Amino acid sequence: MAPLVEMKNISIAFGGVQAVDDVSISLEAGEVVGLLGHNGAGKSTLIKILSGAYKMDSGEIWIDGQKAQITSPRDARDYNIETIYQTLALADNLDAASNLFLGRELTTPLGFVDDDRMEAETRKIMARLNPNFKKLKEPVSALSGGQRQSVAIARAVYFNAKILIMDEPTAALGVHETAMVADLIQELKKQGLGIFLISHDTREMMELCDRVAVMKNGRMIGAERVEDVTEDDILSMIILGKNPKVAA
Amino acid sequence: MSNSVTDTPSSSPKRSFFQTLELDTRLLGMIGAFILVALVFNILTDGRFLTPRNIFNLTIQTVSVAIMATGMVFIIVTRHIDLSVGAVLAACSALMAMTQVRFLPETLGLGHWAIPWITIAVGITLGAVIGAVNGWLVGYQGIPAFIVTLGGFLIWRNVGWYQTGGQTIGPLDQTFMMFGGINGTLGGTASWIVGVVAVLFTIFAIFNARRTKASHGFAVKPLWAEVALAGILTSAIVGFIAILTSYQVPERVVARDPAKYGCEIAEGCTPVYGLPISVLLLIAIAAIMTVIARKTRFGRYIFATGGNPDAAALSGINTRLLTVKIFALMGVLCAIAAVVASSRLANHSNDLGTLDELRVIAAAVIGGTALSGGIGTIYGAILGALIMQSLQSGMAMVGVDAPLQNIVVGVVLVVAVFIDIQYRKRVGGK
Repeated sequence: MAPLVEMKNISIAFGGVQAVDDVSISLEAGEVVGLLGHNGAGKSTLIKILSGAYKMDSGEIWIDGQKAQITSPRDARDYNIETIYQTLALADNLDAASNLFLGRELTTPLGFVDDDRMEAETRKIMARLNPNFKKLKEPVSALSGGQRQSVAIARAVYFNAKILIMDEPTAALGVHETAMVADLIQELKKQGLGIFLISHDTREMMELCDRVAVMKNGRMIGAERVEDVTEDDILSMIILGKNPKVAA
Repeated sequence: MSNSVTDTPSSSPKRSFFQTLELDTRLLGMIGAFILVALVFNILTDGRFLTPRNIFNLTIQTVSVAIMATGMVFIIVTRHIDLSVGAVLAACSALMAMTQVRFLPETLGLGHWAIPWITIAVGITLGAVIGAVNGWLVGYQGIPAFIVTLGGFLIWRNVGWYQTGGQTIGPLDQTFMMFGGINGTLGGTASWIVGVVAVLFTIFAIFNARRTKASHGFAVKPLWAEVALAGILTSAIVGFIAILTSYQVPERVVARDPAKYGCEIAEGCTPVYGLPISVLLLIAIAAIMTVIARKTRFGRYIFATGGNPDAAALSGINTRLLTVKIFALMGVLCAIAAVVASSRLANHSNDLGTLDELRVIAAAVIGGTALSGGIGTIYGAILGALIMQSLQSGMAMVGVDAPLQNIVVGVVLVVAVFIDIQYRKRVGGK
């Protein structure tokens, strides 16, 4: 069976900088693939190509064995690709429901946005994700980091994502909330979602991921199953840019 | 401001009267400021400020700036600015004046019924095109709105000047001038019909919203609060109509054309002006713009883009096209304001709308629109326009020197924003 996502020979340059250079990576349903690397290694850029925020210069994206055309965030959503950005990408001045449904508002038969229905749906999903979440009427700028994170996650989960991209989902969170995100990842994985996870925390990645892929200077150093490598192996891939598995 | 109501021991639920009504405290503050301005001027002018006649004049003077201010809210909310609105108003007015006074009478014949309507369509088209071009330059070409519209500020007024050869064009079409204010009012009966419809609609809207909320199982405010709100709004509408319908048409004006006011002869006939069509137009625009802001995807995207442009783009919103639409809407509103402004004066002159860009921006900002983006309301902008106009005409009535008038308006602008920033700091948010 074809993998859920296959990114083949992806390249993109900004000005003179080759941010992503001939990178290929795949993702199966029910699999968590971690992307590791220094700042500026090209992880976020690669992922933004999949989520439609950037247009690649060359390469191909295949989804469910079909060649996919992703040139905008809207295209990506049509392929059930949802992204939780490091910055959370929330409009601070709007409330949780408006953010959750941003770009996909529920409307009344007359075509007006149906705030009441969106709020009701938001209450439902929040009851599942973060039962403590009560501030539905307030702009998200009034929320704590963890609450903002749950809005961002709810947005990805609500629309039945098949492919989930999480860019540093725990960077701004406390211990308790980080554990919550880890549980959520396990649950979504069971439901058969494919998840790309970006993080700097090697140990966390070893726990959460099935495979880890390491990038450096825009190139893919290697993608290995976590049970086949040690934390030291990964660190040396990140720092030296060499795959000990291949070298050995 | 919101916490100024002290908790008496008896008030066990910690909600003040205004909180229970769920009224915007900013709005209350602005209405308070407006009432204060009106009362002070009324005292200073020995009661001349709050006469039906002056209130009537005040409202028709405010319409043009208020119409444009509603569009400026959207522009500023998306972190742009439009310095060209006064000039675009002049360009639209010039083209409309030429269309109805020169071009159309030559082809259709003088006094043809279609002239005013074709004229307005032409003006709105020009406004939309100018706005769309501005929006395209800002959204797709990435030129800062400040620069694009600063250029437009210099360009469009002078395009109008070229078109008219610098002449004042007039007199304008009779029907066209109905939109100007005193030349087009509804009279007593029709004004009251509008008032009653407005009251019924308000009551329906309040209780309909309550029913939908209840059907989703949300908490609703106590019934007495809804009734109180409906009562306040009803008395405001009725009071406004009552004031406008008590402004009588002077006898010498009736004598010129008694039939126009439904009189056989001028003697003993006391018709009233009632609601001006231009004010009705402003109310309609305010209602439409409020619905756009709150109930449409377009409006939601405007506020989302203003709050976080990156988040909006990542959510699949085409923020470039959005910019074009917002500026085009601004252009259309400039054209409508041009209809009102030129017909109020019965002709087009080159200096029409001079300094309006500053008044419009000031109205939006006094009305609580934040230049940092994402925050602003339509009713706020209109109230802002009303407060500015009240200050100006009030000072003129009192006889304040011209330079002092502008100094006061300038100080009020800065102080209003200062208070707004302090207020937001206290209640949280940006």
